Amino acid sequence: MTEIMLKVENLVKHFGGLVATDSLNIEVEQGEIHAVIGPNGAGKTTLIHQLSGMLESDSGTIHFDGQEISHMSSANRCHAGMVRSYQITSIFKDFSVLDNVAMSIQAREGHSFRFWKNANKDAVLAGKAREILVEMGLEERAEVLADNLAHGEQRQLEIAMALATDPKMLLLDEPMAGMGPEESSRVTKYLESMKGKYTMLLIEHDMDAVFALADRITVLVYGQAVACGTPEEIRGNEEVRHAYLGDD
Amino acid sequence: MNLEILKTPRGIYNSLLILLCIFMPWIAPAIGQDFFTDVFGRIMIVAIAAISLNLIMGFGGMISFGHAVFVGIGGYAVGIFASHGIESAYIQWPVGLLMSGLFALIIGAISLRTRGVYFIMITLAFAQMIYFLSVSIEKYGSDDGLTIDARSDFGIPFYDLNDALTMYFTVFVLMVACLLITRKMVNSRFGRVIRAAKSNDERMHTIGYPTYGYKLTAFVIAGMMCGLSGLLSANFEDFVSPDMMFWTFSGELIFIVVLGGMGTIMGPLGGAIIFLLLSEVLSNITNSWHLIFGPFLILVVLFARGGVEGFLAKFEKSPEAKS
Repeated sequence: MTEIMLKVENLVKHFGGLVATDSLNIEVEQGEIHAVIGPNGAGKTTLIHQLSGMLESDSGTIHFDGQEISHMSSANRCHAGMVRSYQITSIFKDFSVLDNVAMSIQAREGHSFRFWKNANKDAVLAGKAREILVEMGLEERAEVLADNLAHGEQRQLEIAMALATDPKMLLLDEPMAGMGPEESSRVTKYLESMKGKYTMLLIEHDMDAVFALADRITVLVYGQAVACGTPEEIRGNEEVRHAYLGDD
Repeated sequence: MNLEILKTPRGIYNSLLILLCIFMPWIAPAIGQDFFTDVFGRIMIVAIAAISLNLIMGFGGMISFGHAVFVGIGGYAVGIFASHGIESAYIQWPVGLLMSGLFALIIGAISLRTRGVYFIMITLAFAQMIYFLSVSIEKYGSDDGLTIDARSDFGIPFYDLNDALTMYFTVFVLMVACLLITRKMVNSRFGRVIRAAKSNDERMHTIGYPTYGYKLTAFVIAGMMCGLSGLLSANFEDFVSPDMMFWTFSGELIFIVVLGGMGTIMGPLGGAIIFLLLSEVLSNITNSWHLIFGPFLILVVLFARGGVEGFLAKFEKSPEAKS
């Protein structure tokens, strides 16, 4: 039997009267790409907030890599090996591209209470950051201010920063949002090549990417998982087709 | 060291600031305005407070509206000990620095749980609380303040703070040390964490930094550095009073940092020189100098984003400008 990397049980989140996450159960196996799809307002991003520790859940438990993380801080969840990316790009705009990634590297190298040595000349940080940039195809933009990147490049940097924390599991919140077709297929290919290396929970509206990448898909509607299965099963599911995928 | 940087407008301006501070004790008599040496001593003491505020505000995004309280704590450490006849610097100074750090730890630990306007308000509230405390203690002069009969005694032969030039250059050397420490620190791993937390605190958490501890540490370091400014101020003026921690002085410190250029190393020194010289000169010209000074401050905030440093940086070919 494959090991379960992430196990979400009876997870609940209310916003006033609105139930954003409704007794949700999800299991993600180690090494799989598990896509979560659903119409707008289905609670996909809320789920990522809860998993990454930015929102406290009302009830339910989250187990990750053999330990319960339901009440762990964001930073500690990251150290445990679970890192998220953002739908709305969240980078250090006044840092260079290289330094953005270097911050993630620095985070995994123990505490940062080092007050004296110049971190800009730290070959370890810069070297590892550059490796990640090469993987993401951003190496030529290393010295550019992150704010000056094109939108698609910022999206790539967003993912690079998550990867640089050396995670076991990635929570990807619409990684392809706002990318051109070329960048989008580049990132799709990259994520495909990373299959098996990282476990991934993928939220994405680009259905081509979802069906190309995902091992399993959970369909979320009003905070509830209405279906879960392989891409073929989901494609064949009448209810899902009508509710979400359309009949084309 | 790269000397090319000295040829840029910012380099020339910053060198000029340092040279002015070094040579003012000779420039002032030469132009027949002896009191300018005193003015510059005072400026450099205020600059140390501004440098410390810039560390948390300019680099860390923590807008403390009560920063002057640490000047007061440092100052009263000298004043209170001196009033009991304890003049040794080796007691006054460590206690002053430790008390500043301790108060910064308490104020920071509570204030840093909030952000934005709430942070500004809580730091202001703490500072005013301590201000009113100092006003209420009659034993130490309440709002009349305390006159200090003898300056801190270091017990070193030929080193006497009562000598004007010794006092002046003690301030100068310590100010330069604060500038160097700040420069070292903001480029260290620690400095990168507080700068990145200013840029995007939420992302810092999700890539694995519990930023609270780092920000609190920066707040304590800044508090102690500002306490140093108070120690010097008490010695320089031979006087401490609650006024030195009144909120208007905290506001002036914020303005000095903004005027000079937030988040630049030398900005606070430039800001302090311009701010205090201008108020000195204008107040000599007319009694209603605030009428000129006020609009000037507003214009700077409106049109010179990034302060003087930011303005001069526009003339540089920055490698970051390419996109």
